[in-house]
Amino acid sequence: MQITLNNNSEILEGNSITVNHLLQLKKFTFKMLIIKINGTLVQKGSYETTAIHDGDEVSVLHLISGG
Amino acid sequence: MTFEEIKKILQHKIVGIAGAGGLGSNCAVALARVGTGTLIIADFDVVSESNLNRQYFFYDQIGKPKADALKENIQRINPSVKVITHNICLTRDNIPVLFRDCDVIVEAFDLADQKEMLIETVLTEFPEKPLVIGLGIAGWGNNDGIHCRKVDNMFICGDEISEITPDLPPIAPRVGIVANMQANIVLDLLLK
Repeated sequence: MQITLNNNSEILEGNSITVNHLLQLKKFTFKMLIIKINGTLVQKGSYETTAIHDGDEVSVLHLISGG
Repeated sequence: MTFEEIKKILQHKIVGIAGAGGLGSNCAVALARVGTGTLIIADFDVVSESNLNRQYFFYDQIGKPKADALKENIQRINPSVKVITHNICLTRDNIPVLFRDCDVIVEAFDLADQKEMLIETVLTEFPEKPLVIGLGIAGWGNNDGIHCRKVDNMFICGDEISEITPDLPPIAPRVGIVANMQANIVLDLLLK
């Protein structure tokens, strides 16, 4: 399947992948993340149960301190 | 658009500013100078001497609540701006109440976990409301690394890399650039 991750096209195996699996695969190891799929926020508790499908647009924002 | 026309549009607009530190104080002052109608400013902290290397406060304001001190400074610059202050810690419960009527919300917190809390709350409660966040402001130099990008209704300003550490403090020039970038995006949104 093909998804868009932070505006880049990515080809992944299978028909779907959980948010957690994608984070592991792409080595997003930071704790403070904002994840959106097709414009909708994925709530913190549901990374394991939320699936990403072919054609989805995923954005992962890594938050850092300073302000 | 002339400046008179700009002011006419802005006088009816409401902007929420979450945090009155380096980003929030400088962003609020820029928005006040151009004549934004109402600013809703929330911060739980008081001004300390270490803030003066980047935040829009004065030495004689040390010890004052930041939101109140910022209101004083804004009123000296542009008394026509209505400033509503909340000397409280923003939470998932009070953000939807305090910022309900805002046309745009500015995220101007210091700590990553607070940024995360505010962004999650705004995206959940007000998914259509524009949110302008500051991300990656520490250190000095590298103007070219500072950018702005849009993710749906969220606008991200900063270099997205430079996190504050004891050897990479937040200081006036870079913090001021990002705060004014945030104000510039707010202005663009309000004038559309």
